Amino acid sequence: MSGDSRLLGFWYVLPYLIGLLVFTAIPFLGSLYLSFTDYRLMQGMDFVGLQNYTDILTSDRTFTRSFKVTMLFVALTVPLKLAFALFIASILNAKLKGIGFFRTAYYVPSILGGSIAVAVLWRYMFADVGMVNMILTGLGFKAINWFGNPGTALFTITILRLWQFGSAMVIFLAALQSIDKSLYEAAAIDGAKPWRAFFAVTLPLLTPVIFFNLIMQMVQAFQEFNGPYVITGGGPLKSTYLLPLYIYEMAFKKFDMGYASAIAWVLFAVIMVLTLLAFWSSKYWVYYAGDKRS
Amino acid sequence: MSDSIIHSDDKAFEEAQKYLAVQKRRQNITLAIRYTILTVVGLIMLYPLFWLIGASFMTNEEIFGSAGFMPANPVMDGYIEGWQTSTPYTFGRFFWNTFLIIAPKTICTVISCTVVAYGFARFDFPGKKILFAAVIGTLLLPNVVTRIPQYMLFNELGWLDSYLPLWVPSAFAGDAFFVFLLLQFLRSIPRDMEEAARVDGATSFQALIYVVVPMLVPAMISVGLFQFMWTMDDFLGPLIYISSVEKFPVSLALKLSIDTAESFEWNRILAMSVLTLLPSLLVFFMSQKYFVEGISAGGVKG
Repeated sequence: MSGDSRLLGFWYVLPYLIGLLVFTAIPFLGSLYLSFTDYRLMQGMDFVGLQNYTDILTSDRTFTRSFKVTMLFVALTVPLKLAFALFIASILNAKLKGIGFFRTAYYVPSILGGSIAVAVLWRYMFADVGMVNMILTGLGFKAINWFGNPGTALFTITILRLWQFGSAMVIFLAALQSIDKSLYEAAAIDGAKPWRAFFAVTLPLLTPVIFFNLIMQMVQAFQEFNGPYVITGGGPLKSTYLLPLYIYEMAFKKFDMGYASAIAWVLFAVIMVLTLLAFWSSKYWVYYAGDKRS
Repeated sequence: MSDSIIHSDDKAFEEAQKYLAVQKRRQNITLAIRYTILTVVGLIMLYPLFWLIGASFMTNEEIFGSAGFMPANPVMDGYIEGWQTSTPYTFGRFFWNTFLIIAPKTICTVISCTVVAYGFARFDFPGKKILFAAVIGTLLLPNVVTRIPQYMLFNELGWLDSYLPLWVPSAFAGDAFFVFLLLQFLRSIPRDMEEAARVDGATSFQALIYVVVPMLVPAMISVGLFQFMWTMDDFLGPLIYISSVEKFPVSLALKLSIDTAESFEWNRILAMSVLTLLPSLLVFFMSQKYFVEGISAGGVKG
């Protein structure tokens, strides 16, 4: 029986193994190989060594620009989103009537946010004669040329992603609700004011969840495509030309797939380094209650 | 002497009451602040959606005329004209195309992920640890590094401009997140009944179909609902693989509409945006009810 069932389990996961090899593992290594070639679709392929990488890092000004914009976008979007999600989650974390209603209302944008329809909505909301400018002029402010200005164009995409803070908030809220209330009573008896209790009790206990949300949101933000593609088209002056957009155009418009693979690997390397950095630094700031090993 | 004790007791009592009243008032104030922030933020958050729905029932003149979201005279122009599109096809065609992607993808995802999760949860086999590490690893793997060779593979297979590249990987349990989700559910289901079925002579596959699946249905449905919503939102996949307009899903059709002359007809595009969002919204509200039921049913069963 045991020998039989040893192979039995293997048969059940076989579909996954096939899919993993064909659609993930081989393409993964294939793209690394491609990045060392000058492969173009329908044309030959020559091994060019590190040529693509040296070009990217030394002479490709579009890459430099795109890289800076991507870092700026991630550095702006991820912390703001986490802070806002945590802020709303801690306001929701009280004996409130209608908590379910608010939670649902805040979660709806996360459900819809990835949709092209919402990107289209954003494009029209922030247009010159769009709803946002009409509200601004109605309140006596000047209308803003959102898409004409490099600074504000990127900001509209950041706002779109901030708008989707719901999924991070739901995770924060679940973590907040699982914190033992007696810890706050103990803090109050010791004379701690609420804000002091937040920094001394709540925040340390939330660090594992902050860590999880940070990684997930960061990996997601580095791959942002729909927003810039639909809302701004990468402009003006490439100020919203994020790396995934550059990779897409290089690979599927110019069919320069070797070079595009090299850019993808640079992006992947950046994500990996930052993820590993987060994991490495986590032992200094992530607190696991009851875990003596760390 | 007893007098003075009673007296000081009274005083203490009064002070305690005063303290409680202050506490209560403070609580009420924080509660009021909480509600105010939640309501204001909620309104700002949902206003774009209200505006989207309202504007889809306006004429273009009215959209450009005010920032309000209530149409003065609701008209269906946007829906009627938007449905026709500037292509030879109606939006109905694009919805049908979307369905042709979603249906096989969702069904294959639920079946393959259930089978694979069952294999991981209930059996030991050589290489299991490595394979499971791969499940976790692919959860974090950015798609950006695998996309180009995948495209070349599908090109070799002659699958470009068809829906196959969009759903076939899912038929091999390609979405590691769902395998992981079902695995978590399976771990919480006791094995007693499966073992009883096995003792009675059922094969492991019969145990899966007749014992495990009925208990796993809520989790399988939520996997299906998530996959439905994500596929509905998917844009980059169709953008890369689908090139002929007659095969466009709604996401591409909507992008096409803002690139053509139609882009000046805001009400048409906003109306079609509403229709595009509708299925996901409906599924979300349905699944919410379902999740609540699933959780409480699980609670009753212990």
